[in-house]
Amino acid sequence: MSDSGPIYLDYNATAPIKPQVVEAVAEAMTLAGNPSSVHGFGRDVRKRIEDAREQIAALVDCTPAELVFTAGGTEANNTALRGAGRRALIVSAIEHPAILRTAEAVADKLIVLPVNGDGVLDMAALDAALAAHGPEALVSVMLANNETGVIQPVAEIASRAKVAGALVHCDAVQAPGRIPVSFAALGVDMMSIAAHKFAGPKGIGALIVRSGLDVSPLITGGGQERGLRGGTENAAGIVGFGAAAALARDDLARAGEIAALRDRLEARLRETEPDVVIFSEGAARLPNTSCLTMPGVQSETQVMGLDLAGVAVSAGSACSSGKVEPSHVLRALGAPDGIGGCAIRVSLGWATTEDEVERFLGAWRALYAGLTNRWKAGVSAAAG
Amino acid sequence: MLTETLDLGLAKPRRETRVVVAMSGGVDSSVTAALLAEAGYEVVGITLQLYAAGGPRTRPGACCAGEDIYDARRVADRLGIRHYVLDYETRFKEAVIDDFADSYLRGETPIPCVRCNERVKFRDLLALARDLGADALATGHYVRRVAGPEGPELHRAVDEARDQSYFLFATTPEQLEFLRFPLGDMPKEEVRAQADRLGLAVADKPDSQDICFVPSGRYAGVIERLRPGAAEPGDIVDEGGQVLGRHEGIIHYTVGQRRGLGIAAPEPLYVLAVDAARRAVVVGPQAALLRDRVFTGPLAWIGGDAPQPGEARAVVARLRSSHPGAPARLVPAENGIAEVVLDESEPATAPGQACVLYDGDRVLGGGWITGTGRSGALVENGGQALAAEMAAA
Repeated sequence: MSDSGPIYLDYNATAPIKPQVVEAVAEAMTLAGNPSSVHGFGRDVRKRIEDAREQIAALVDCTPAELVFTAGGTEANNTALRGAGRRALIVSAIEHPAILRTAEAVADKLIVLPVNGDGVLDMAALDAALAAHGPEALVSVMLANNETGVIQPVAEIASRAKVAGALVHCDAVQAPGRIPVSFAALGVDMMSIAAHKFAGPKGIGALIVRSGLDVSPLITGGGQERGLRGGTENAAGIVGFGAAAALARDDLARAGEIAALRDRLEARLRETEPDVVIFSEGAARLPNTSCLTMPGVQSETQVMGLDLAGVAVSAGSACSSGKVEPSHVLRALGAPDGIGGCAIRVSLGWATTEDEVERFLGAWRALYAGLTNRWKAGVSAAAG
Repeated sequence: MLTETLDLGLAKPRRETRVVVAMSGGVDSSVTAALLAEAGYEVVGITLQLYAAGGPRTRPGACCAGEDIYDARRVADRLGIRHYVLDYETRFKEAVIDDFADSYLRGETPIPCVRCNERVKFRDLLALARDLGADALATGHYVRRVAGPEGPELHRAVDEARDQSYFLFATTPEQLEFLRFPLGDMPKEEVRAQADRLGLAVADKPDSQDICFVPSGRYAGVIERLRPGAAEPGDIVDEGGQVLGRHEGIIHYTVGQRRGLGIAAPEPLYVLAVDAARRAVVVGPQAALLRDRVFTGPLAWIGGDAPQPGEARAVVARLRSSHPGAPARLVPAENGIAEVVLDESEPATAPGQACVLYDGDRVLGGGWITGTGRSGALVENGGQALAAEMAAA
């Protein structure tokens, strides 16, 4: 059905890399030196890595010294949860599996905090958990949810945690380039980011660790990253990460346009299908994310049907096998499986056009009409 | 070349014809997908994750099953077709595995593959294929779909040793309309040769096990895990009720079984019946196994006009998947149930197996065996209640 190739509306899974980033990565790959080496070759690479660190630090408002490169968001989350030395972990129910599965594995005491119907953290539950476990606890709450885009009051969470003596980690991988992010202003102790969510390379991320905080490394070795992450640096990835961070400022400037496209998409769907449910609609959301239902149609059917029509979206958290599982996020919002199980996530980004949104609407409507016609045929056949 | 003749008989041009192929990761469904893709159809592969693959690397929350899903994906990659993996674990457990365990606990010997085809592949997956705009659902089953004067008919595969028609007796005419079985005309050796020719890495993969979710045929362990305490010991008795020995749980026994009884007797003993209520295994000489009457539950029918009560007809009946078939008379009763009277007695079949009826190569239908009997003699197990019901009707 597509007029000019497939349409990519799955930026929260990964954002297509920008050509300038590819150039920066390709160029960095030609550098011979090991950044730990004393000689000029090493120094060249070292300089590029430190330039990138500054670019990224500028994007998320931390000091370069606070930024530790990791092999992506999941490793950053693991380092935070495993390395902070806190026995009690307090997490929200809508965290990414990189947090939830890790917390289950490492916590002596795990408290999972509920969220309200819009997906915003229950602050009373946080207070209760802090009162019980504050001084031995690490709180980990994401800045923006990958499925619904809902934004959490992380600064407020951090200030309450601090009073109670708890440490705070924030999984912020979905936020940079979409909303302004300031590590300093959030007041958290640690924060995870990943390059590929804002058009950088996959497999490179960072944990930002407040200066003065003692964290144990997940991976020990040659003392790289101030001893917090052993192993020769992924220099090309880091350079691409830096380039993407510099370019993410353009995306931030265009956030209003993206939000307008997203809002238009939702409004147009509602015009013809008033029963469409849009999750976290009433809360502060990322400008690019829409989590919406096709009433009565299973998420997996929609994802496959749209893919066959050349439109890439997703449902729930993509797992490595590609199979679709019921969304724990939408369950936590209180959505019955009959509704949550009919949701897909549409996420826009730097290359999304108005035409693509129109074509998405066309594919969505064609899929829905085909299915409802079949149901009607089935009903009349059964009646006859 | 075979692919020139591979045609699904659909009206549209092949490249506009979407065919969903159920891909298990095995050689048969891989070749099915490959041949259809080669013939020019728009093939969409779907792999169902039916159960968690066992082994030490599987952890709670681990999201991938075993090698089979990986293999299916790699085949799809090689063919350049679209491929999806669906999590059917919950519905497979509810529709197939629970039934399998409960059936054994009732003293039966179930055939989960029939349930899987009936309730998972040809119901849920078929509905999904329609939702995806497919024109047909193809599988790697060895069975033939033959155009007949009144619509498609289900026939035995050309390769008798591979024929799977027994497992597909519950297919409905509506399902058959939408289904295609491209391998039904091929011997297995040709399928392997095709896999070789097509460069599929699964060409040398061993054939799948009898029951996919039971590793190495150790079904008792699976049942004990699903229904803890199910394997309670009991008595082994003769037809007169005299205790001959002890057993480790009825789930280890199936009607007709000879080995593993652990009883010394002048002549070989066979399991005649499994009495779940008394936890007893009834044994006797081979002659006591012979039956000429088979009682079934409601008949599934795919052979044209449905049988009417009182209208007996000649059929060939297969009483288990390995049974070649025996001439018989189908005597339909009220409520869709039936009695099948064999021309000559056969060793008894366990309740829970299917009695599948043929007219030559054509599958007419079949039903689950509820009991068996001997003309003028005792009726075993559920057959008792059924015989009374039939007499009353």
